Amino acid sequence: MSSPDQAAHLKYLLRLADTSLILGHRLSEWSGRAPTLEEDIALSNIGLDLIGQARPLYAHAARLEGQGRSEDDLAFLRDPEEYLNLQIVERPNKDFAVTMARQLAYSTFAELAWSALKASRDPEIAGVAAKAEKECTYHVRHSAEWVIRLGDGTAESHARMQAGLDDVWMYTGEMFEVDDIDRAMIAAGIGFDASALKPRWTEAMREVIAEATLKMPGDGWMSTGGRRGVHTEHLGHLLAQMQVLPRAHPGAAW
Amino acid sequence: MYTQALSTERPAPASAVEDPALLARFQARIDAEERIEPMDWMPKAYRQTLIRQISQHAHSEIIGMQPEGNWLTRAPSLKRKLQLLAKIQDEGGHGLYLYSAAETLGVSREELVGQLLSGKAKYSSIFNYPTLSWADIGAIGWLVDGAAIMNQIPLCRCSYGPYARAMILICKEESFHQRQGYEIMMTLAKGTPKQKAMAQDALNRWWWPSVMMFGPSDKDSVHSDQAMRWKIKRFTNDALRQKFVDATVPQAHYLGLTIPDPDLTYDEASKHWITGPIDWDEFWRVVKGEGPCNKQRLETRRKVHDDGAWVREAAEAFAAKRRKAKRAAAA
Repeated sequence: MSSPDQAAHLKYLLRLADTSLILGHRLSEWSGRAPTLEEDIALSNIGLDLIGQARPLYAHAARLEGQGRSEDDLAFLRDPEEYLNLQIVERPNKDFAVTMARQLAYSTFAELAWSALKASRDPEIAGVAAKAEKECTYHVRHSAEWVIRLGDGTAESHARMQAGLDDVWMYTGEMFEVDDIDRAMIAAGIGFDASALKPRWTEAMREVIAEATLKMPGDGWMSTGGRRGVHTEHLGHLLAQMQVLPRAHPGAAW
Repeated sequence: MYTQALSTERPAPASAVEDPALLARFQARIDAEERIEPMDWMPKAYRQTLIRQISQHAHSEIIGMQPEGNWLTRAPSLKRKLQLLAKIQDEGGHGLYLYSAAETLGVSREELVGQLLSGKAKYSSIFNYPTLSWADIGAIGWLVDGAAIMNQIPLCRCSYGPYARAMILICKEESFHQRQGYEIMMTLAKGTPKQKAMAQDALNRWWWPSVMMFGPSDKDSVHSDQAMRWKIKRFTNDALRQKFVDATVPQAHYLGLTIPDPDLTYDEASKHWITGPIDWDEFWRVVKGEGPCNKQRLETRRKVHDDGAWVREAAEAFAAKRRKAKRAAAA
């Protein structure tokens, strides 16, 4: 790890990996608690896909860094301010509607993002992207079906689903930001231009939200900072729980 | 995971309530190792026994997601996180599969779930014990799934076709879980002194409840005889328990852990490990609701059910709207 490009590359990998891991962790919190048994299994499936996306990216980042850290060291021994995930994925599950709104917003973005990253000149990223794109296609379909069902279900589910979309919306802006790290990665043929995905994302969201008989939330103030290590209050708690064993037993293998 | 097929009621013998000719023909099919299928004639008591056993098994899978779920967000590596999430997901899948097998006997999943939530139905008592450290996740895989496999492999040859077929798939996944559990124990046993102590503590707490998973001793088991004749059961509780103990004691020795039974001895003549006395008072106390987590497990399940009610109602309302729209379009 010496050249500025390598530093950017490492951060770029961690942004991708952290985002997948944290959302996978959030979905694992639904295990044993979903509204139906079928949905319990489906949410675990999505969680498994996401954590499965993160793992090879951490391993790659650890090799690239060359400091002797492992994939688990990166996941379990970094502090919240070193985590570089999008804020949207660390938001608490709250109720099933909030979870589905978060999932639809993120997966719709992620499907487009991974599709672009298939062309990455980093073969590890391209490999993960090819698999992740297919997975996200299913995640989008699954969450869109629920948003429609809940939006067009009962009065209660309609209200909750609208509240879910309203809840998540201020965290969607960050997905489309492009900063110096992104620009360096785009220039190196490794990264993708997230800002270019916004119109397609908006159109896809608009379609689902209309079919769900819900209102598209307005783009007001957007929260940001996750990819620079600035998070919501929730990430610290998530990591405190997730990292408790490796932190309590330094050097132990599990 | 596992069912104890527990009941404290003794049913009327089938010979007292069924047509003797039908009953004889049914028994002849069983004796000829034929599979009984959902549309076939069967004695009421056979149907009831299977509904009870399969639904208890399904409930056990669902309740069994809780003690392991307790460590899901604290799994200590990415590999363990994936493994545990997948394992708990498998258990949900087993539950679903088993509820479907029970439904072939003419009972609905809603009805069975209702019996679980009301506290009327039993599930395996083992899940009324808490998971206090990460090593418990290893111990559950190794011991609880290990015991489940001993019990379930013979069920792959159960006389009722849908149950036997369900068990084939479930057994494959359970043996995978068992190996993972043992591997967790192995890692801990070879780890730091604290990790090794954690593994020993987990074995201390899970050993006796696991030994009790096979249900009461043969001399106290209400259902064994009839269930054996109907080939719902192929081995007695005590025979299965012995098999489990014989397989597990050397595994504990290999880990360098001590089985928490000062009376445990190896009998050269029979080549069996003989345990000390089993505390059946504890067993019945926990079965009857006085275990450390009985109330907690049911409360959690009820809360999940209640919290999800609005989602299930919405899904039904939505499906009804779509059906109506489809009919209107067709008219």
